[in-house]
This record gives sequence, C-alpha cells and structure tokens, in this order.
Amino acid sequence: MSALKDAGHLFRFAGLFVIAFVVFLVVRSYVVPKTFGQYGHYRAAAIGEIADHPMKFAGHETCEACHTDIADTKTKGAHAHVNCEACHGALAAHANDPTSVTPVKPDTAVLCARCHTASAAKPKGFPQVDPADHSSGAPCQTCHNPHSPGIGADTGASAAKGGAQ
Amino acid sequence: MNISRRHLLVLLPAAAVAWKHVLAGTPQDSPNYQMSEHWWGMLIDIPKCIGCGNCVRACQTENDVPDGFFRTWVERYHRSDIHLENPEVISPDGGKEGFPPVPEGAEGDYFFVPKMCNHCSDSPCTQVCPVGATFISPDGVVLIDQKYCLGCAYCVQACPYGCRYIHPTKKVADKCTLCYHRITKGLTTACCEACPTGARQLADLKNPNDPIHAFLKTHSVQVLKPQMATGAKAFYNGLDGSVR
Amino acid sequence: MNGVVGYMYPNEVTLYWSVLIVLYPFITGLVAGAFILASLERVFRVEAVKPTYRLALLTALAFLLDAPLPLQLHLGHPERSPEMYFTPHSTSAMAMFGYVYLWYLMAVLVFEIWLDYRRDIVLWSQESKGLLRVIYKIMSLGSSNISERSLHIDERVGWVVTLVGIPSAFLLHGYVGFIFGSLKANPWWSSPLMPVVFIFSAMVSGIAAVMLIYMAVTKLRRQSIDMRCIDTVAMYMFYIFIIDFSLEMLDLVHRIYEADESFRSLDFMVHTKLFFSQIVVQIIIGTLVPLVLLFITQVARIREVIRKRIYVLCGCLILISVFAMRWNVVIGGQLFSKSFLGYTTYKMDLVTREGLFVAIGLTILPLVFLSVLLKLLPPWPEKTLHEVAAGD
Repeated sequence: MSALKDAGHLFRFAGLFVIAFVVFLVVRSYVVPKTFGQYGHYRAAAIGEIADHPMKFAGHETCEACHTDIADTKTKGAHAHVNCEACHGALAAHANDPTSVTPVKPDTAVLCARCHTASAAKPKGFPQVDPADHSSGAPCQTCHNPHSPGIGADTGASAAKGGAQ
Repeated sequence: MNISRRHLLVLLPAAAVAWKHVLAGTPQDSPNYQMSEHWWGMLIDIPKCIGCGNCVRACQTENDVPDGFFRTWVERYHRSDIHLENPEVISPDGGKEGFPPVPEGAEGDYFFVPKMCNHCSDSPCTQVCPVGATFISPDGVVLIDQKYCLGCAYCVQACPYGCRYIHPTKKVADKCTLCYHRITKGLTTACCEACPTGARQLADLKNPNDPIHAFLKTHSVQVLKPQMATGAKAFYNGLDGSVR
Repeated sequence: MNGVVGYMYPNEVTLYWSVLIVLYPFITGLVAGAFILASLERVFRVEAVKPTYRLALLTALAFLLDAPLPLQLHLGHPERSPEMYFTPHSTSAMAMFGYVYLWYLMAVLVFEIWLDYRRDIVLWSQESKGLLRVIYKIMSLGSSNISERSLHIDERVGWVVTLVGIPSAFLLHGYVGFIFGSLKANPWWSSPLMPVVFIFSAMVSGIAAVMLIYMAVTKLRRQSIDMRCIDTVAMYMFYIFIIDFSLEMLDLVHRIYEADESFRSLDFMVHTKLFFSQIVVQIIIGTLVPLVLLFITQVARIREVIRKRIYVLCGCLILISVFAMRWNVVIGGQLFSKSFLGYTTYKMDLVTREGLFVAIGLTILPLVFLSVLLKLLPPWPEKTLHEVAAGD
C-alpha cells in the first residue's frame, strides 16, 4: 500500500524505540538486585546488612556477667541504673578479649563533672554541685565510690581512696 | 573473679545469643528475632534529661558518625517568661560535651531536648526517595540502604526534623538506625545504654510487656511537629510547647 | 559559628542542594519555554513567529542535552543513577525524571525535529561527503523517501507531536516545581502554586532566550531581523510575564496575609539574606523594569532601533530574573532553619564539582551544543518544508 510505504520512515523510527525497550528489559533483569521488592520498594538484603554492623558497646548485661561484685555494689546505690559503659565508654572489644584489651580508667575530674556540675538548666531534683567549691580540688573518688556514690554506712564509701570496690 | 566464657554463655540467654553473634562477626539474623513481632519506637523523658551529652558521644562511637554531623543531638531550651513563642535554643556541637552551666537564679525556664530520627510510620523521607534506597523495615525502623542510595539529598530536604545528612565521605544519606544491629540482638541502643538517668528508653510497641504501655497510661506524651502527621514514633514526655 | 545566626538543627548548617540544583530547573525551564514558542507557530498558527520555529526547537534540544549534567555532578553516586530507570519509586516526583526526560527528548523533541528536517536531511545526505554524509545517512534512518505523500504524513504527525509536546513540556518542568512544592517539611517551598509559577517563569525565560539567540544569530549571519517576528515574540513574552508576576505576587500576598508560624522567619530572611537576590535582582531589576519597558513598547510607537535595544535589554534582564527566582527558591529554602529560629550561609565553592566555575561551564555548554546543531541542521536552508508546502 503506498500509504504505508510513504510512512516507512516512521516505522523505522518506532523500531528504534522497540529495540531500546527490549534492551532495557534485558538489562533490567540482570541489574535489579534479586531481593528488591521482597518486603517493599527496597532491597530486602539491606536489612540483614545493616543488622550485621559491628558493635562497640557490649551492653551492661555482658559486663555484669563477669564483674558480678561491681554489679552487686551498684544495686545498692544511686548509680544502680547508670550502665557501666556510660562512664567506662564502649567496651565490646574488652568483653571480646578481656586480657588483651584493658579499659582506661576514666578521669573523674572530667567524667563526674559532666553530669554533676551544678546548672540551673538541670532538673531540680538531680544531685549537682559546684566542683570547685565542693571538694576544693580533691578528686571525686576521695569520698565517693563511683559504683555506689552515696555517703553513708552501707555504701562503703569514704574508705575507698582512688578506686572502686 | 575469673569466670569462664562458657559459664557466661550459660548465665545470660539473651546476651548469650547476642554475644555469640558478636563473636561470630557476621551472622544473618539472630535466630530468635522475627521482624513481624516488633514495632520499634523510643520514649524520651524530658524531665529526666540532664544534658550530659553521653548519648551523642555514644552514638558517634557506636556508629562511626562523622564529625560535624549528628545522628542524635541534644538541644537546650531557654524559655523566658515573656517570650513564650521565641525560645532561645543552643546545641554546641550537638551537645556532645554537655552544655555550659547556667548560674542559679537565672530568669525563665531551661530544659534539654534530645533529638533523633523519629522513625515515622508515615515518613516523608521514604516517600520522596526516587529509587527505594530508604524505607521502613517491617519492624518499624526507617533505614537507609547505603549501597543503593544515589546521594541526591531529597530525603534530607523532606525530613521535617533535620535528622538526616549526607555522609561527607560515603556520599550517601545517613541517619539514626535505632541501632538496628543491636536491637535485633536483644540489646538496647547505644544512646539508651549510655544515658545515666533513663531519659531515653527503647520501646517495642508490639511487646505487651514493654514498660512503655504502662507509661503511656499514666503520662501525657507528644511527638515533635504533630501537624506534619508523620506518624513519628519518638514519644516525648513533658514536651514543652515551645519546642521546635 | 561558621555563618550561622540563631539556632539551626545541627545537620541543617550545610546546604545540600547547591548552585547546580539552581541551574537544573533554569535549564529545563529554557527547554520548556523554547518549545512553547515553537508550538505557538505549529499548533496555534501564529504565523509571525515562524522565523524562530526551527531555532526554538534546536535551542530546546541543545539545553535538554545539557540538562542532566548538573544533576549527575550533584549526585553522591552518579554511577547509580540508572536505578531511577530500573526501580523508580512511584511515590517520588524525582523518580519520574528519567522517564519524562527520555520521553521528552526522544518522543517529542528529537521526533519533531527529525520530522521537520527530514527532507533536508535526505537532501544533505545526498549532497555532502565524508563523515557528514555518514551522519546524515544515519539521521535519515536509511530512508530516502521524500515524496509529497511522505512529507505530508510528516507534517500531520509533527502537528500531533507538537500538540502532545505541550503538556509534555509542562510535565518536564512542572514536575521540578512539584518536587519543591510537595515538601511539607519546607514552608518556603510547600505550595500548590509552585509548579505553576515554575512553568510560567520557564515560558518567559525560554521565549526570552530564543528571542536573544535569534537576534544574535541573525546578526552573525548578516541578515536583517524580522521585526514583525520579534515584536510578536516580545508581545507573548510580555503577557506571559504578567501572568508569572501575578502568580508570584499572589504567593507573596497570601503568605503575608496568612502569616503562619513560618512567616516571621521567612520574612526576616527575605529582608536580610535574600534582599539582594530577591528584592533587588529578581523583583525590581528583573521584573518591574522589563515589564515597564515592554509595556511602553506595546502602547507607544518606538523606533525600530530603540525597540530592538529594549528587547535585548529586557531579554537579558528576564533571564537574570528567572535565574534569580530559581536561586531564591532553592538556596533560600535552605538558608533558614526548620526550627524557625536561625539562618545559615551558602558558601559556594569555586572550583569543586558543584562550584561556580562548573555552573558557568554548564551554562555555556548548551550554547556550544547549539552552535554544532546550527551547523549540522541549519534552520534556514534554501527552502524549509513549510515554505515548500506553502508555495513561497
């Protein structure tokens, strides 16, 4: 038919699109990750990859598994709910290999001051002091056992000079 | 005080399972974790926050957060008695090293507000991602597939809370993952672990024994920017109206 | 602290969308606007602008070829951009970019140019030698049929393509407006007016660009400028600019009147950080001055020489104004904090991947593409298809 013949060039142009579409479909079947769409519009394998991230904090239950005496001391005092690594930093490496990786003892001048320096911004009931006035330069652990910091009969405080019990 | 590792593993089932995975290095999932049984959120108790910045430091350590960017941060509000709608807010280095002390007798009210990704159930960030690189997991955590992300930053623009950023070296979007690698192993998030006052508590809304259910019955909680209708799952107790 | 005033959420201090993201809507706007000018003649039969028809199509193509470049240079992982083709997220306006772009490039612009030039391409393929001959032969897709019937079919099909091309052009540029306008998190962007304002300012900029290019190329060819043509082009530019200005003023008045929680923060930003780029450049110099000048040319009798100078001046000011509008939207939207308590500063680099020099380069590149296209597909050969059909 002459009409179709005169439109032949249009079919060639359309042909380009068809070829491109087919190539696209083939490439797509190779390139799209296999787990894509399993739970939603995303690569489901990513969930497992994110869950595999290494841990730096061991979590207090792990610490308490070995350090039962410290754990016992803590339960009696005001720091009962302060987790070990809140002061001692991330210690999964130590829990993984306790003899080779030894934690650094925190510097109480910096550590305790961070929470307990008095500020009108902090909640009223929270124990706060002015570090300069409070101890006239003596380190906190002179009087306070960091694991049970209250001053009193049951806490075994003031005798602990420079260390935790 | 020498306890053998075998003894340790027997003592603590939860930590034991988790620990086995930590030691093994790269497990797939914990065998006792089913995504459909969990719906994660966070409870933030404003009256308990002392602005120590432990959470910010812990998060940075646990998740290798680059300097100058924050997966979580703490803001300090000063709401003067006259200008209720215009609080003065600071967050020096995200509150990482705490805040400068405020002298006694200062005018107005001060309080601290920890901020983080709200893991919205109707999150605008997952809506706008052009390729499906960010998504909400079946257990309610908004995550980023950093192997798929283009780094277009559309999600960063779409988040009303400012919790996303483009990682300066990886060049992909990054944000709080609710320490997904920890919570799926029965541990808590790094920020909750480090918080000395319990101001931050991980919450599993699908777990009937989770303390959040009792808490919600006895306290008024709010989410940030409720008008955005994002379905945010970071619940704030004692949130002042001046908080942005 | 590093350019921050007041309080910004810590992650907001850096701007994530740079000058390249300002450039991208500017460029696709020129594409859409140039195409609309071409459609004025083809679909709406505005005879007077015919001299710009082919030039407008080539201009659109030159800018469209350049358009993906600012996006690729902005992406953290440009090598992953094919993911937008393989797994586009149906809820994301940005995801449609890949397909809309490809559709507009191939099924509208290239198709229409090919149909209009096909007779000339076949003739050139027979006349030229060497590499050019090969190029023309490939462009003809191996078909040398330029019978009356086939050319008539081309004419009809081309008309349909242009008709379809109009909403396609709106989609190509409107979706960019929607990308901004649909974000509830950002009150400077969030507005149903945003796609509409983008489209109308795009039309104005595209028409201005083609008008300037037409005048420049005609001068270079040492031909005389068809005054009836550019008078008509300028008229359309003027009226569309009025609509655009009205829409932008509507947005402004609406904001001031409603004065929602974001207003005070945004108002302060406009008066300080954006004062120069928005009030001075975009509104006063870039909009009010051209509107007044064009108004004068519409109502008063101005000598041809002066009119030409006014058109050139207005065309340049309009291009600057529309660029400033994109700047004020994109950069402005990131200068204020979503806490409404602070502002940051945009530190534009000079030589990095997203710096000023790259932006300038990407603006000049389409002109380079255009000069190649003008050599390859001259818009004014001895007789165009239309002239043959009209029996000129």
